[in-house]
Amino acid sequence: MSGKVIVITSGKGGVGKTTTCANIGTGLAIRGKKTVLIDADIGLRNLDVVMGLENRIVFDLIDVVEKNCKLRQALIKDRRFDNLYLLPAAQTKEKDAVKPEQMVELCEELKLDFDYILIDCPAGIEHGFKNAVAGADDAIIVTTPDVSAVRDADRIIGLLQTYEITDPKLVINRVRPDMVRRGDMMDVNDVNDILAITLLGVVPDDQSIIVSTNRGEPAVSDPSSRAGQAYRNIVARIEGEKVPFMSLDFDLGFFERIKRFLKK
Amino acid sequence: MDFINRFFKEDTASKNMAVERLRLVLVHDRASVSTGLMESLKEEMFQVISKYMEIDEKNMEVKLNAGERSTALIANIPVKKIKR
Repeated sequence: MSGKVIVITSGKGGVGKTTTCANIGTGLAIRGKKTVLIDADIGLRNLDVVMGLENRIVFDLIDVVEKNCKLRQALIKDRRFDNLYLLPAAQTKEKDAVKPEQMVELCEELKLDFDYILIDCPAGIEHGFKNAVAGADDAIIVTTPDVSAVRDADRIIGLLQTYEITDPKLVINRVRPDMVRRGDMMDVNDVNDILAITLLGVVPDDQSIIVSTNRGEPAVSDPSSRAGQAYRNIVARIEGEKVPFMSLDFDLGFFERIKRFLKK
Repeated sequence: MDFINRFFKEDTASKNMAVERLRLVLVHDRASVSTGLMESLKEEMFQVISKYMEIDEKNMEVKLNAGERSTALIANIPVKKIKR
């Protein structure tokens, strides 16, 4: 088996990298793909709590690269989803405790065993970023429709080129259809025109994400979650399916619906 | 109210400002040119050109334009009078 290593990155913090990583990873596992999530945010680990696996950590990424334990021992198997594993970040070590060469080596080893290796990249463009992208074959860039996140995403697209990742995929997160309609939020086309990379998915702003994060259960496994549906679509596209982008007109008010009806 | 607001809002929709500001800042980011550098370039251009002709500094425009593959420096400098 030779798996694919995908880094999930954004430049800016707080745009939903970790949530995206957790949902895409869980979605791939649900589809039967053997998937491992690596939390590369050393010192600020979070993927474990988002996944609801925080109580099961024994060893971490640093233990693996320092050879304090076997890789197999550090991988946490998710009991809810077959095929899903997590390699947590160290919480007490410094960011420079890992070197890019070690990450490359780790990715190569995991490729033998897994279909997908997803790396949750820390915010920023320094050491942690360099580690996270070192072993990656492809990248998913997460942004939100605001000027600072899009600007940082553009910078990341430029930096990824120096790592020979020339076709990164874009996920636009937390789109608010009501604000887009009012003209107070950039829409998918605006962001996509500016960044000019392949669009992988659009995730609506959805309270169910907060609820599912509270519970430690990725929304992708919740059939009634809109964001969950958006993530299922993203997963299908990663798997090569052609899925149309979902309509974001679901929360139209009563009057808006009547207006649209009359326009037809 | 929402209905009335919409009539007046189209032109000032804040997303248009977001798009415009982003496009401008990204031209500079991508070319690694800061707005400060552009300002001093403009200032020096003004000084040099002023030796030869009288120009309108207020309406002088110097900007970078990013195309698909190349970046161009575009200057629009209104001339008031040629010095002789």
